[in-house]
Amino acid sequence: MGEVSEVNGPIVTIRQPGVRNGDQVRIGELGLIGEVIHIRSDDALVQVYESTESLQPGEQVTGLGHPLRVELGPGMLGQIFDGVQRPLDKIMHMSGEHISRGLELSALDRDKSWHFVPHESLVVGTRFEGGEILGTVQETETIEHRILAPPDCRGEIIEHAPEGDYTIEEIVARVRGESGSIQNLKMYHHWPVRQPRPYRARAGASLPLITGQRILDTFFPMLKGGKAAVPGPFGAGKTIVQQQIARWANADIVLYVGCGERGNELVEILQTFPQLTDPRSGRSLMERTFLVANTSNMPVVAREASIYVGVTMAEYYRDQGYDVVMVADSTSRWAEALREVAGRLGQMPVEEGYPAYLASRLAAFYERAGNVDTLAGGNGSVSLIGAVSPPGGDFSEPVTSHTKEIIRTFWALSKPLADARHYPAVSWLESFTDYAERAAIWWADEVSPDWALRRQQALTLLTEADELERIVNLVGPEALSASQRWVLESSGLIKEAVLQQSALDAIDSYCSPQKQFRLLDLVLSYHLDGTELISLGVPVESLTELPYGGELRRLKSAVSNDDLQPLDDFASRVRESFDTMRTEYSVNQGNKS
Amino acid sequence: MSQLEYRRVDSIHGALMFMKNVAGIGLGDRVMIRDKDGRRRNGQVIRTSGDLVMVQVFEGTENLDLENTWVRFLDEPFEISLSPDMLGRIFNGIGEPRDDRPPIISSVRRNVNGAPVNPAARAYPREFIQTGISTIDGLNSLVRGQKLPVFSGSGLPHNRLAAQIVRQARLPGDSTNFVIVFAAMGVSYSDARFFEKEFESSGVLRNVVMFTNLANDPPMERLILPRTALTAAEYLAYDLDRHVLVVITDMTNYAEALREVATEKGDVPSRKGYPGYLYSDLAEIYERAGRLRDRHGSITMIPILSMPSDDITHPIPDLSGYITEGQIVLSRELHSKSVYPPVNVPPSLSRLMKDGIGKDDTREDHPRVASQLYASYTRALEARNLASIIGAEELSSRDRRYLEFADRFETDFVRQGEDQERNIIETLDLAWELLSLLPPSALSRVTDEDLHKYHSWEESD
Repeated sequence: MGEVSEVNGPIVTIRQPGVRNGDQVRIGELGLIGEVIHIRSDDALVQVYESTESLQPGEQVTGLGHPLRVELGPGMLGQIFDGVQRPLDKIMHMSGEHISRGLELSALDRDKSWHFVPHESLVVGTRFEGGEILGTVQETETIEHRILAPPDCRGEIIEHAPEGDYTIEEIVARVRGESGSIQNLKMYHHWPVRQPRPYRARAGASLPLITGQRILDTFFPMLKGGKAAVPGPFGAGKTIVQQQIARWANADIVLYVGCGERGNELVEILQTFPQLTDPRSGRSLMERTFLVANTSNMPVVAREASIYVGVTMAEYYRDQGYDVVMVADSTSRWAEALREVAGRLGQMPVEEGYPAYLASRLAAFYERAGNVDTLAGGNGSVSLIGAVSPPGGDFSEPVTSHTKEIIRTFWALSKPLADARHYPAVSWLESFTDYAERAAIWWADEVSPDWALRRQQALTLLTEADELERIVNLVGPEALSASQRWVLESSGLIKEAVLQQSALDAIDSYCSPQKQFRLLDLVLSYHLDGTELISLGVPVESLTELPYGGELRRLKSAVSNDDLQPLDDFASRVRESFDTMRTEYSVNQGNKS
Repeated sequence: MSQLEYRRVDSIHGALMFMKNVAGIGLGDRVMIRDKDGRRRNGQVIRTSGDLVMVQVFEGTENLDLENTWVRFLDEPFEISLSPDMLGRIFNGIGEPRDDRPPIISSVRRNVNGAPVNPAARAYPREFIQTGISTIDGLNSLVRGQKLPVFSGSGLPHNRLAAQIVRQARLPGDSTNFVIVFAAMGVSYSDARFFEKEFESSGVLRNVVMFTNLANDPPMERLILPRTALTAAEYLAYDLDRHVLVVITDMTNYAEALREVATEKGDVPSRKGYPGYLYSDLAEIYERAGRLRDRHGSITMIPILSMPSDDITHPIPDLSGYITEGQIVLSRELHSKSVYPPVNVPPSLSRLMKDGIGKDDTREDHPRVASQLYASYTRALEARNLASIIGAEELSSRDRRYLEFADRFETDFVRQGEDQERNIIETLDLAWELLSLLPPSALSRVTDEDLHKYHSWEESD
């Protein structure tokens, strides 16, 4: 038992001998939750996850004897949790529309029973290692939840429950440890959030994360188990890009962490996802999705915790052998929470008020992404995608620049593109990926051996066109040669027919890898054939006047993923008409010579 | 506790007052201060420990001395009384009447800080509000429960635009009017008077609650004023089931007051001297807009903020833009071409537009027309840019069309009278009239059916 000695915003000084750094405490009459972050000789500093309004010096403090931790077990999917894993819908039942303070709520439902099927390896008398599968329950129609033993338990199975319905508080197995002590295993266990969950080995990422977004999948691919950042000024469409990933990514589980962002954006997910169907399973998207929400008006310190709470839950599903995508929107708000606490502690600010440990904290967080061989003997991955909100859209600010050095895929959003309503406003000049070569192997096997070539051609064409546009802006279009004008025309086609993709268009919102490649292939063939015609003397105007450009621009929302035949038809129509022109001009040239 | 009155103040600097050896004071508690002339002031505890309490004084600390200042800690947070009688009244930042009429007496008292809304309790805003202004309705539609700020600059007609929105905003086919909560911080007397007159002449005064802090009123009061105003708005919306339109002006003055106190407290500055918590602080205000699932009323918010030196990357507009659901940006260039309202279309945005428009809400072509106007106008600005380099005569015939489109877009679509109310159908028809200046092949954001139905293209010229 200790007591409060000072209240300074979310930082509370307590006098409590024997408290450990990192311990959870409950403060005052209301029982506000906090975490010890600093210990001095006779007092300790606590960051409080709830508003400290009306808290007085002298109020009592109780240590809980454990660090910030989460409950891991069935019943997380489809839920929305706050930054310290309290279920927000239950909070609503308890305290109404506004969140009251000091609520004590467990993350998982204690009353719900689950149909437990023991795993075949669960045999009395055999040895058992931490992280192995005890059994399974069907968490949602699509996701089988594999009940894992706590990673730190090992010993001999002395008893286990038969198949049947149990609540998570009922014991499903008993293990005798090496020292002879007996451990009762339930369908859930706790894990401290700041400690990465263990795995057997890193497996290295190799499969692309398909999001159905052409600019991402085809131009700047990301791998399952990879780490990516989406930086962009406000209004550049960060939220839509992230929501599109959360919707369509070919992952088993999607976790969306709304960290310091708008309340309405989370509501939108909560209301639209149940109605959307997963393109692969055909089931509601909400069955594989869950959320952690610390909206911008919720207490700042819990924002810092929410990222760790999220990634620990993601690792737990990874350990069951699933591919998990965690979208964190936005890591800048998380960094700002760090900055606020550091400022209140009087720590020396380095860049723009951020503490010196910003870069190492960011790196440690992203390091929790990865494709791993799990303790249970399977393979799972956590892919981390972090939004960054640079002040003034300035990518040289500390959070963006540090993040850029850590991540492997950088989807840079551009304000000028967004202003022209070119969505997704991912800039082809500023974005980069280190995963293109790995991804190319999959694309060559599954879609087309030409993928890497086409991708490179398109990027080259876009870069060349940007160069030419600068010239046009200086001296006007007359200075360009015919083939250069054709390059500009074709780059416009790539932008409008391939890169632009409307999240609101029923057909184009998700684009299958096959369709992605076919559209790009069509545009590039059109460009190359056109270039050839121009070299034969065909004037650019007679090409731009053809109706094909307009048609190409509309193909993405006219042709569905299921039937790509119209693309072939279009290609053969273009070929015919180009052939005619070619013959005509070859003859003309022949006559001249 | 509330009985005890302390007489000794330990030190005073800026708007802060420090008290020693007062025990058991809660953070955020309300403080009453009497100076040597018996004049009352209001304060709030912003830091507390066993031996030192820091109090922020809303009316400022001028004329306070250390010896003859009586301080009473009320052991309660900052609350205001709420009742339907607030309508038609004018208050200051802490909810005291400014109109020489009696204070509000009511058993309903609420903490001005509110408590964060549970995201799970929110309803997604999706009801289209018609403001009668083409650039808003057509391109950046406002929906009920949205927070859509106006990013302006000094000398630009943001007040006239806000007043026009207040006058004209309505749900198509719905006769119930908005109740207006008007919060003014650090505005000039003439600006405050302008709004008062506007409300009077349009006959809505009885449906307005005004909270004003003028340019010469104590700046610290600006820290609590928007919270007081929003507490009133929440009462009107969720207790009285009204649809509330909150106009807050000018958020820049609010942020400056915040910076002043932060500097005095010794907080670590981040950008331009503003404290690192400016984002969270602004969010506490903006996020109080919205709709709740089980309540009938709603809070729609139109904050006005002037961008220092028209710089949209300045921390105040920048952080606001990350919190609000879009922004209407005003342009000095259009203003000097005497285009009213001078809405700068490319950087303006409404994030909630997509769910409030279309077939059942406005018209089926609306989303595509908006997207097309944006695309064509940006393209047209490029053509204009090119023309300024090489001369309009050198442009291709297509670029010359775009040039004409840009001019007509600004003079016919963006510009409209202060009393001119265009309904959404008129706005969309006008949009098609302009798009008909361009050939169908240049319009890739609309469908063939749209073109067939609305586009009138003559190959002649």
